[in-house]
Amino acid sequence: MQISMTVNGTDITEEIEPRVLLVHFIRDQLRLTGTHWGCDTSNCGTCVVLMDGQPVKSCTVLAAMADGHSITTVEGLATGATLDPVQQGFMEEHGLQCGFCTPGMMLTARALLDNNPHPNDGEIREAISGQMCRCTGYATIVRSVQWAAAHPAGQDELEENAGEEVTA
Amino acid sequence: MTITEERGVNPAAGDENRPIGYGRIQRKEDPRFVRGKGHYVDDIVLPGMLHGAILRSPVAHARLVSIDTSAALAHPGVVAVITGQDLLGLKLAWAPTLSADVQAVLATDKVRFQGQEVAFVIAEDRYAARDALELIEVDYDVLPPVIDVRTALDPGAPVIRDDIEGRTDNHIFDWEAGNAAETDAVFAAADVVVSQEMVYPRVHPAPMETCGAVADFEPIEGALTLYETSQAPHAHRTLFAIVSGIPEHKIRIVSPDIGGGFGNKVGIYPGYILAVVGSIVTGRPVKWMEDRSENLMSTSFARDYIMQGEIAATKDGKILAVRSTVLADHGAFNATAQPTKYPAGFFHIFTGSYDLQAAHCKVTGVYTNKAPGGVAYACSFRVTEAVYLVERLVDMLARKLEMDPAELRLKNLIKPEQFPYKNKTGWEYDSGNYEQALRKSMQMAGYDDLRREQQEKRDRGELMGIGISFFTETVGAGPRKHMDIVGLGMADGAELRIHPTGKAVVRISVQSQGQGHETTFAQIVAEELGIPPEDIDVVHGDTDQTPFGLGTYGSRSTPVSGAAVALVARKVREKAKFIAAAMLETRPEDLEWEKGRWFVKGDPSVGKTMAEIAMGAHGTVTLPEGIDGNLDAEVTYDPPNLTFPFGAYICVVDVDPGTGHVTVRRFIAVDDCGTRINPMIIEGQVHGGLTDGVGMALMQFIEFDKEGNNLGGTFMDYLIPTALEVPDWETGFTVTPSPHHPIGAKGIGESATVGSPPAIVNAVVDALAPFGITHMDMPCTPARVWEAMQGRPRPPI
Repeated sequence: MQISMTVNGTDITEEIEPRVLLVHFIRDQLRLTGTHWGCDTSNCGTCVVLMDGQPVKSCTVLAAMADGHSITTVEGLATGATLDPVQQGFMEEHGLQCGFCTPGMMLTARALLDNNPHPNDGEIREAISGQMCRCTGYATIVRSVQWAAAHPAGQDELEENAGEEVTA
Repeated sequence: MTITEERGVNPAAGDENRPIGYGRIQRKEDPRFVRGKGHYVDDIVLPGMLHGAILRSPVAHARLVSIDTSAALAHPGVVAVITGQDLLGLKLAWAPTLSADVQAVLATDKVRFQGQEVAFVIAEDRYAARDALELIEVDYDVLPPVIDVRTALDPGAPVIRDDIEGRTDNHIFDWEAGNAAETDAVFAAADVVVSQEMVYPRVHPAPMETCGAVADFEPIEGALTLYETSQAPHAHRTLFAIVSGIPEHKIRIVSPDIGGGFGNKVGIYPGYILAVVGSIVTGRPVKWMEDRSENLMSTSFARDYIMQGEIAATKDGKILAVRSTVLADHGAFNATAQPTKYPAGFFHIFTGSYDLQAAHCKVTGVYTNKAPGGVAYACSFRVTEAVYLVERLVDMLARKLEMDPAELRLKNLIKPEQFPYKNKTGWEYDSGNYEQALRKSMQMAGYDDLRREQQEKRDRGELMGIGISFFTETVGAGPRKHMDIVGLGMADGAELRIHPTGKAVVRISVQSQGQGHETTFAQIVAEELGIPPEDIDVVHGDTDQTPFGLGTYGSRSTPVSGAAVALVARKVREKAKFIAAAMLETRPEDLEWEKGRWFVKGDPSVGKTMAEIAMGAHGTVTLPEGIDGNLDAEVTYDPPNLTFPFGAYICVVDVDPGTGHVTVRRFIAVDDCGTRINPMIIEGQVHGGLTDGVGMALMQFIEFDKEGNNLGGTFMDYLIPTALEVPDWETGFTVTPSPHHPIGAKGIGESATVGSPPAIVNAVVDALAPFGITHMDMPCTPARVWEAMQGRPRPPI
């Protein structure tokens, strides 16, 4: 069957076997390997992507179910060379070690911050509670998301512009 | 040695007075990971690559009567189906394990655990390979299994390993340490003895990335490239050469980015071998990636020790001796990864952190119809079991003596002036300041306030517990003369090259699974040579690109490879002195080293930086006799002793009296890993281990039913802590450098996994003290806690 969707802002149309899981479609067919696979039972969340801005576990979504929707993977987080604040936050606060759960964690964090720009620690823990990390013990992930909340995208540019306006 | 600040940018970076090196800097590997550009085994796609899938036994013990693969072979997309009989013809049906046993690659005679490998399908895509598994017909003649390890040595127990000639029982080994007679004498004269049987249940490391491999055999050259999830690529290369008959120089093992290991990726699994066989048979690359159930059911488990422990003391609380007998469940094949002389790993450090008069332990290993493995999951070769045993015993002793558990520990800890300390089972602890660490953790916790709060809550009928553990680790194996794995001495190499422009590449034999080696090892070179970490590339994980060494497990990367890297940098620095002398037309002995440059004594303005010396080495300067025209060196480091990190942990739990649910409210961890290279990475290692501890103490459990069905085969049944089950960790540290290590570093990777379970269980038991409960086996699930509160024996889970 043929499906069409927007992936990281690009419209695509692909032929698929109807039973193909979204995670395999993204990894094997689109070759976007930043989305990982970890359990098959929708427990671990390494496969989280955003579908229309909401986190979904792509191991339990058929690729066909994404037809007509907008998908964001980790490869779509940065804008060119500019990292999303969430990505920067994970580097600043050691929110990752092996990096395997990281794409899913960052996408969930992005969705959280889009809906709630200033979450408390409990809200962050709740948001990522459907995902597992075996390396970090989660505290640094919480700190990473807080870093991103404290440094929203474009803030530096805005500050620079504000400065220019004053001097002008 | 200067220890830099915990936070902020590398405080030395802008400091003209000292080389840049240690301190909190961002990880060099992170930019690729946060962009989704990590490169894991399953990301690898080679031209013409096929996909393999393994058919596994649904039963724990059965004779194989027949296998019919014809329908599977006829399935569209299937290229080949391999069975144990095919492997017999290739002499590959059995492979050596890491413990002088053999393991079936594909079953030929019997299956011996649920999930054992029976057949291998190779197909054009992963879906077709999985489909074809359903089409293989296997006739099993089911045999009675041995599941309860306590019955494995009974006369008349089914003999699991009848493949081994002459074997009539399920006994693998007996091993002991310490002095039994001396220990018994101390016990006989002691005022107080406390005894307890403790079960350290079977758990699984469960890294987020499962195990897998891509094998690419090139028939004309007879060369194999194997991409695999391996914590020990060099040891794997040697073993693959032995197993497959492919000469070692024709084998290249590549471990790319690894999605967590925790010991799960030390061993060689049948799937790796089958990928290789598949590539040889089909002439095309073959990928095999296990799914989560395969990972949990067939790859190396951890723990599974039934320990009878005893502690003897005087009535005023001087601990005199410990002794223990252990029944160790090794599963169907003895495939534990540990030094050859130590079949029970380093369990004999069960004397803990206390000054004792005597100690003795005896461990008996047996076969059961369960998955093989044994030493895995961040355990430092069974130190996890040892620390749990002694720290529970000390807590039980405190209860019996009606002493505070912190006070009892303070009274018995080895004193700073007693180091190096020889314990009663043969270890020499290198350095420690135990009381300082315990007092620091008590201060961070507000220990006295916590005890007051607990009393107030008890008066109101609320259940709050405070648990302490104090652990001593033993990490960084060798020395090679005492420690080897399948004959390979436990040493590690490092090679360092300074390029003409002063940039560097260091090649190491250990393999990161998330520990941040690309950063830590660059920082060690930076500290030694004054080259910024960002100008140092760290190469690892490719046997063609790196020197030989035994790999990453048992917290050995920094203690062993960290030493190798520091020493190779010093070798380069020494060579640089001779080159600088030639460049400055002076004598080497007239030069002094500081700030990353050699300069003339008494005239700091005349000197050469490492970059200038590197260009000199590769340029036209006339070099002294015996100095090659490069700035390279190599080292293999053979540790003179292990290192002994330690720590003091305090856990605060609340128990819901209605449901038995345990909440870890606070966890205070003070760790001492000697010299600290990157405090951010160290803290991360501790956090991860503490989370493992919560998992093992409260949730994680691989249990079997009477038929040998694995009851923990998915993440729906095998519960891993999420962000909601763990608190915001409170970490602290002390610094007691190792006296025998080149930079004083000790290793940190497994400390928290080792030290945290007893703190949590001690806290749970402390919370339940009003019910007269003195011990609970892990995991302390709500059902178990609730049943214990009712005075009933524990339910299975």
